[in-house]
This record gives sequence, C-alpha cells and structure tokens, in this order.
Amino acid sequence: MLVEYIPLLIIFLLAFFVALVVQGLGAGFGPRRPTERKGQPYESGMVPYGPGTRRISVRYYLVAVLFILFDIEAIFILPWAVVYRDLGVSGLVLMIVFIFILEAAFVYAWKKGALEWE
Amino acid sequence: MTINDLNTILPLVVLAGWSVVVLLADLWIPKDRKGWTAALSAVGLVVVLGLTLARGGTVQKAFFGTVLVDGFALYLDIIFLVGGLAGIALAYDYLKRMELERGEYYPLLLIAISGMMLMTYANDLIIVFLALELLSLPLYIMAGFARFNLQSEEAALKYFLLGSFASGLVLYGVALLFGASGHTDLPGLVNTMRAGTGNQALFLFGAALLLVGFSFKTGIVPFHMWMPDVYQGAPSPATAFMSVGAKAAGFAALMRVFVTVFPSLSDDLTPILWALAAITMVVGNVLAISQKNIKRLLAYSSIAQSGYLLMAFVPYANAEVSSDSIAAMLFYLLAYTLTTFGAWAVIIQMEQQERRGLEVADYAGLGKRHPWLGLAMTIFMLSFTGVPLTLGFWGKFYLFSTAVEGGFVGLALIGLLTSVVSAFYYLRVVVVMYMQPGDPPVKQNRWVNLTALLAAAVVVGLAFIPGSVLDLALQAVLQLQ
Amino acid sequence: MTTALYIILAVVIVGSALGTIMSRNAVYAALYLALNFMSVALLYLFLGAPFIALVQVTVYAGSIMVLFIFVIMLLGAERLAASENLRGQRFLAIALGVVLLAILGTVFISRAELTGIVTPPTAVDFGSPRQIGTALYTQYWLPVMITSMLLLVATVGAILLTRGEGTSIRDNLKRVDEKEQADQEE
Repeated sequence: MLVEYIPLLIIFLLAFFVALVVQGLGAGFGPRRPTERKGQPYESGMVPYGPGTRRISVRYYLVAVLFILFDIEAIFILPWAVVYRDLGVSGLVLMIVFIFILEAAFVYAWKKGALEWE
Repeated sequence: MTINDLNTILPLVVLAGWSVVVLLADLWIPKDRKGWTAALSAVGLVVVLGLTLARGGTVQKAFFGTVLVDGFALYLDIIFLVGGLAGIALAYDYLKRMELERGEYYPLLLIAISGMMLMTYANDLIIVFLALELLSLPLYIMAGFARFNLQSEEAALKYFLLGSFASGLVLYGVALLFGASGHTDLPGLVNTMRAGTGNQALFLFGAALLLVGFSFKTGIVPFHMWMPDVYQGAPSPATAFMSVGAKAAGFAALMRVFVTVFPSLSDDLTPILWALAAITMVVGNVLAISQKNIKRLLAYSSIAQSGYLLMAFVPYANAEVSSDSIAAMLFYLLAYTLTTFGAWAVIIQMEQQERRGLEVADYAGLGKRHPWLGLAMTIFMLSFTGVPLTLGFWGKFYLFSTAVEGGFVGLALIGLLTSVVSAFYYLRVVVVMYMQPGDPPVKQNRWVNLTALLAAAVVVGLAFIPGSVLDLALQAVLQLQ
Repeated sequence: MTTALYIILAVVIVGSALGTIMSRNAVYAALYLALNFMSVALLYLFLGAPFIALVQVTVYAGSIMVLFIFVIMLLGAERLAASENLRGQRFLAIALGVVLLAILGTVFISRAELTGIVTPPTAVDFGSPRQIGTALYTQYWLPVMITSMLLLVATVGAILLTRGEGTSIRDNLKRVDEKEQADQEE
C-alpha cells in the first residue's frame, strides 16, 4: 500500500538534493569575505534593532485563530470536492448550508473589524 | 429522506438556525437597543418550545439511527428551553447594569441550548461528543464575558482548559469504544456487548474515560476543583445558566450511554459510581459550610447536588429499579433547575458593581426590607435542603427511596446525613436574612423578579402534586430505549 | 521492510514527543512538536488513512503550529522557568502515569479471555478521501453541520474575547493599564 506514496518520497528527496546542490554550489564557488555588517541577522534589509525575542502584538493571535478556523473549513470541503458528482443535488445543498453558516462567521468577523489591522 | 430527518429534529434546526439569524441581526442593532436581541432570542425560544410540545413524546429515529427523539428528550428539552428563557430574563438587566452588554450573549445562549437539546437526542457517540462541544464552547465564552475583570478572565480560562481536557478524555473514551466494537452508534455498541464479540477490557477503559470526562462537566468529586472559581468568577447569569444546563446535559449523556450500553459492566462500575456519589455528597456539603461568598456557597451546593443526582445512577444496571431511579433523577433535575434559577435571580438582584453584595453577610435585613424576595430566597434554601412542602423535598424523597429499593441503604443514609449537614449552611442564609439588621441595596428588575417569584411559586405549587410530576418523568423514562 | 520503517518512525515519534516536553526553550519545544505532527502523519499513511494524514499536516503541523508559535512570541515566553510552580508535580505525574499503565496492563492481562477480536474494515479504499467524502455527506452530514456551528461559535468567541465592542485593541490595552493602575493605587 505504501508503494503508492513513492512519488511523494521522490519529491521529498528531490527537494532535499536541490537544496543541498544550491547550498553546495554557493559554498564551493562563491567568494567568502565576511564583514561585521554581513554577519548580522537579516531583517529585510533594515538595520536590526533591539533583541530578537521581543514580544509581538496580540493581533497576530486573532489572525492565527481565524486562519485555523478557515483551514478546518477547507478540510471539510476537500472530501466533498472529491465526490461531489456522486452526491448530486443533496451534496450541493449540504455544502451551501455549510458554507452559509461559516459565512455568518465571516460576516461577523468583518463587521466587528477583526479583519482590519488598524 | 433528508426532509424527514430534518422534520424529526425540527425544534433543534429552528433553534440553531434562529441563533445564527439573531447573531447576524445583532450586528446591525444599535448599541443602546440590545433589548431587541434579547427579545428576538426569547421569541425564538418560545417558538421552539411550542414546536417541541406540539411534537410530543413519540419515538422517532433519524439520520441513520444516530439521532433518537423520545419522551426522555422531550422532558429534558422542556427544562432546557424554559431554562433558556430564565437565562435571558436574568441576563438582560444584569449585563446592562454591569456595563457588559454585548448582543452576542443571547445567540450564544441559544447555541448552548441547541447543544443541550442535541445531547438529549444523541444515539451515537459522535453526536454525544459534538453536542458536548456545542454546549460547552458558548459557556466558556459566557464565563469570560466580563472582560477586564480578572476574576472573569480566570474563570473563562480555567473553565476552558479543564473543559477541553474533559472533552479530550470523552473523545479518547469514544475512540476506545469504537476500537472495542467497531461501532459508535449506541445500538451497535449494545449488540456487540451482548454478543460478547467486542474487547471487554477496552470497553471498560472507554467507559471509565467517558465517566471521568462527564464527571468533570457535571462537577463530581474529585473532578470538581474548577467549579467554585468558575462559578464565582463568571457573570452571575452565566453561572446560573451553566449550573443548570451543563449539569443536566452531562447527566443526560451519562444516562443515555450508561443505561443503554453498559449494564453488563455493572459489576465493575457500580462500586465506582457508589464511591463517587458518596464522596461528592460529603465533600460538597462539608466544604460549603465554611463559605462566606454566596456564589461559592452555591457552587459547593451545586457539587453536592451532583452527588445526589449521581446516586440515581448507582443501581443503573438493575432493570427493576433503574427506570424508577432515573425517573427520580429527572424529577430531581426539575426541582434543581427551578430552585437554582430562583436562587440566582435573588443573587443577581443583590449583586452590586465591582462584585459587592455577594457575601452572605450582605443579606442581612433582606427578609424585612424586601419581604417577597426574602420569602422567595427562603423557599429556595428550604428546597435545596429538602424540607417538606417544597419540590426539593420530594426530589430527595424519591431519590433516597429508589436507592433503598435498589439495595443501597448505606448510600441513602449518607445522602440523608449530608442533607442534614447542608441544612446548616442553607438555613444560615435564611437566619442572616431575617435575624440580622441591615438594609441591603436591591436592584429590582421586573424580569428578574418575575423569574424569582415564578420559580418560588412553582417550587411550592408542584410540591402538592409530586405524584403527577413523577408520572411524567416515568413516562419519559419508559420511552428510553 | 515495513517493520523497519515503522520502527524508525516510532523512534522519531517518541523522541520528538520527549523533546517537546523536555526542551527548556519553548520555541524548540514547538519545533519538536511540528516534527512529531509530521511523523504521526506518516504513521497515518502506514495505517492506510491518507485523508487523516492530510488533515494532520494541514491543520496540526500547519495552522495549529502557527498559533503555538504566535502565542509563544506573544507572551515572550521562549525561556521556560527552570523550577516548577507546583513542587514535586513532575515526580507525581510520572508516578501516576506508571500506576495508570500498571492498572491497564493488569486489566488487559487478567481479562485476556474477554478480549474478542474486532474485525478491521475490509474495504480496500477505507479511509480514502472518496470514502470519507461519501460517508460525511450522506450518513454523517448532521455532524458536519454541527461542526460548522462549532466553528462559528469559535470565531465569535475568538473575536469577542480579544476585541471589545467597537473599540480598537489599542483602546482596550489602555483600559487594562488604567485598571491595573487603579488596582495598584488601592
């Protein structure tokens, strides 16, 4: 049964080797002239400031929770999408109701301004 | 097929749908008109109550047998729906007064009731678990409704953490039962157990995990630690609602699952249930004595009541007694619901800003200054104790007599003795109200008053016709399959 | 071959679980947990449950890990305290865990004669997305609808408890600060 997943394994191995090759080429052929500036942590080109472990805003929490909720929604839609032709009209109606209830959550989040960053 | 299924659980569908509509409608209701949300929710509850009563107690199965509607469900649904109306009546003025008014409270309450109703219909462990979550999640949020109040936040966090831990245990129990039998539906489980083809050890472990999980939810010692803090920290109307709803639904689930599925495990489970019931009655009542805060006092009292309710479970496998004892338990649940809502209605009128007015000492003089409220509170305290002429007396009477019938004289004796102990702290409230001088400030509100007085009247009124109420409960149980 | 793979996987799963509870740095613990989630997903593949494996990767290793990391960074709690708040709780937890295992072991051994054999599902594609989709949207569609209600409640709860009515988070934080100051003055 696991034989089915050999393509998956090949992709994993391929990804690993590509990364290895890219790193290896860079290390092997690239010049290395380290300066203090280059050794600093990369912060999108800005000069780093403050400690690396400062606390982040509570807003990220809400974003993460909403992400989980809609992720779970997607998980329920996936098996439906696989069989929706066999399910016929009843499957369509069920999915509409399902989405509608979650749309209520979306409308609520929107109206409460949870999707805005301020 | 689908339409028929929906028709079977029509009250639940209407309630759940209506809660979504109210939730959305509330977004456009201006901040100073939140009374509309409360009114809309109450209308929904009344309609659903009408639908439930109109359908009656006919036994119907739906959704491939995962849902079972019967007299047992009808009886409990009426308790939940009336409890929901009381919950709205208690909350409206309180939330406004304490500056907690947020329209979401009411739709969340409706969703919690949907979960409770679903629990009474459940004939499949998956439904049991989902119903448990559907009723718990809104309650966690309601416990934390008083944001910026550390006690309320603590209550919400504790309730959520321990509640989700309990849900995890229930889920693990369900998984083991499925592993033992290959079924999640109760009839399938029963058949496997009867045929003896399942894995008995896994059955036992699964049953134990279910028992522990539901013991958390219903506050049975030693799984009661969260209750005093949560009851004290949560806003009072939320506490009133959860102390009735979560408990009754938890016992409903225990009743369905244990009575139908696990009679053959009774050799192992009955002694455990015996010990749990005894220890819960003793610990709850003894710890309540030293409480000075009325909310904590009622929390420990609520733990003790769980012990009495659990007593009805001990002879669950004895077919001759079990229907009587479960009828007694349903009767007791009714008495407990009415008394609890009434008592909390008085507490809510007494509570002042910044959590003042919650000590038992603050009740000094209530009996003289506000004779009606004092009388109502006296009735509730007497009913909790189990003094004759109240519904609580008959509840305990039926519970103890069925325990004796089932051959558990010792347990009935413990129940009797702990009731005597409980008189000490319940009557202390009455003594403080009438014997000590004082002029407590009371925030009267007609809806809360109505709840208190109506509950008091029914607690006394039904005490004159206990037989017919018990008959109703018995009818409900006899339809339990 | 399968057995060897299984043993390697089991070692990784148990090792990463131990790493999660023993790391003194919360971020490392979270990364160990991610490894644990991924390897458990592989275990589901072994058991012939590809859909569950997919859920494990997307929901657990994906979004739940994001939430964990965010909360750790939110609290600034990378460094875990070296000492425990409840003294002796680690010892007690280990002891009670051993007791539980012992009881379970006894039950399973003493009742060996009672353990009937449960026949595993025979369908070849049991647990495939196709099978699950059919089951979910025919026999079990009521639970699916209840789940959507649960997600709705969770959304409302998350928003309600982190944001006030019509007020911004900044205002709320200010209110908390004022409250704390007022409490301190008392």
